[in-house]
Amino acid sequence: MGLGIGLLLLALIAAWVLVLATGTPAGPLIHEPRDFLSTLLNALTIAGLYFIVAAGFTLVFGLMRVVNLAHGSFFLLGGYAALEFQRFMVGKSGNISSSEVSALRWLVPLALAAAVAGIIGLITQQVFLRWFQGQDMRETLITIAISVILADQMLTHFGGLAKDIRWPGVLDHFLIVFDFRYSVPRLFMLFTAIVVGVLLWLWLHKTRTGMVIRAGVDDTAMVQALGINVQVVFALAFLVGSALAGIGGVMGGSFASLAPGVDGQWLLNSIIVVIVGGMGSLVGAMAGSLLLGLVTAFAPAYLPADFTHYSVIFTFVLLAAVLAWRPYGLFGRPE
Amino acid sequence: MADSSPLLEVEDLVSGYGAAQVLHGVSFEVGAEAVAVVGRNGMGKTTLCRTIMGLVAARSGSIRLGGQELTGRKPHHIAESGIGYVPQGRRLFASLSVDEHLMMLAKGTKNQRWTPDAVYELFPRLVERKNVKGTRLSGGEQQMLAIGRALLLNASLLIMDEPSEGLAPTIIEQLIDTCRTLVEEGHAVLLVEQNLGVASEIAQRHLVMVSGRIAAEMEPDQLLNDPEAQRRLLGVESSG
Repeated sequence: MGLGIGLLLLALIAAWVLVLATGTPAGPLIHEPRDFLSTLLNALTIAGLYFIVAAGFTLVFGLMRVVNLAHGSFFLLGGYAALEFQRFMVGKSGNISSSEVSALRWLVPLALAAAVAGIIGLITQQVFLRWFQGQDMRETLITIAISVILADQMLTHFGGLAKDIRWPGVLDHFLIVFDFRYSVPRLFMLFTAIVVGVLLWLWLHKTRTGMVIRAGVDDTAMVQALGINVQVVFALAFLVGSALAGIGGVMGGSFASLAPGVDGQWLLNSIIVVIVGGMGSLVGAMAGSLLLGLVTAFAPAYLPADFTHYSVIFTFVLLAAVLAWRPYGLFGRPE
Repeated sequence: MADSSPLLEVEDLVSGYGAAQVLHGVSFEVGAEAVAVVGRNGMGKTTLCRTIMGLVAARSGSIRLGGQELTGRKPHHIAESGIGYVPQGRRLFASLSVDEHLMMLAKGTKNQRWTPDAVYELFPRLVERKNVKGTRLSGGEQQMLAIGRALLLNASLLIMDEPSEGLAPTIIEQLIDTCRTLVEEGHAVLLVEQNLGVASEIAQRHLVMVSGRIAAEMEPDQLLNDPEAQRRLLGVESSG
């Protein structure tokens, strides 16, 4: 019966998007196919960014079960770090145009930002979190404290105004196919997400370290009793997870902008993706990102124009629907 | 290792969980042989294994392996210093396939007695199940994998906690053969068993554990043929 209701709802949504959606920003598909296509691409590309950030989160929270509520702060910190490095490389303190940004002036800040976020994450884990493995409440409080401190520090150093990292000139234009235009940087985000996904999958499934991480998640004590120092491996996973937040921050800061509050927003995005997709599953993170991307792109485009600002509600509809259907997330498994 | 000095020396070992003390001064030695620890449920046999492995902290006493003190060390150091651990209930990894269980520990096994290939040779059954998740195996196969995994440490001592638990009689026969082969090859084995029959088939000495102490040390035949001692120490009517 649940399936019937689900299918009925999907059919209604399809009918709405296809013919009924007059008076919405995008318009019905049969009249405005190009708007539909760009909404779909928006969904896929933002899903790419969701995935990059949430993949790091699923590594730390989903796999290692460390409640890291500072993940969003590492995102913002990575973004600001890249902003500083880019300004330093260009030699200007603002108003950089993308023609001044060579590929190198974007990629080097990206690498450095990943390193900064990764190292700050590693320090957080080694200094504060390592002692409290499995103690959710302490981890929660410690990481909230760290995120508040980092947020205030960043506010002091970078101010309250939104700032953005410039895409390199080679990327910053539109792809034009017949009379359809689409932003190349957004496609690049999707491409990066796919690369990140493939590399992470290979790391977790084809390397010894990845096997130890997965085994350690199942039974940490047993891995240790087999002569493996699981702490080293977990530290590495934390480093990689935080570095991914940093990479996401550079992408997000180039695609949108960096400002106070963005950290919390991206933490929330990551939590939603992991809950929808299922804890600790890479495929789940992919599915969760895709669904969240679809909802965040389609809801504002296909709600009647007066109701656009209610589109946020649909994120919670997604959460409620998935949890009602599969309480452990789409690809999660019961403990 | 020299035959004269014991491989594993446990002296006055005390440990437990929280307020509950489980081991009240356990002492014994294991050389290049198979020794069985027998006893009823709840007498501290598994706690003994876990304390040796460092998974439960020793409160006092000492554990020496080849003369080296193990108490207070981390489990991974203890395992590395030469103990292969086959835990009660196998504790295989649900996320890993059979092959991944072995590959995970393959590092540094080259040119050693036990490599993943050697484990597959010992348990050809596992080759057919290579890509199956560890926890999806039958009980006997799970036990093979748990033993194979421990062998890959190429350790001088193998600790097996209730390996026959939950296995069918024919599978237990195979398990006994495997253990005997390992002992003949010179592996020292510390076997924890509730099944006196299995223990007697494998081990040359029995340590009888009662309430967190070694209450008696016996030859297998001595215990098997003495119903009175069995009732007193193991609380069972002659089991076979």
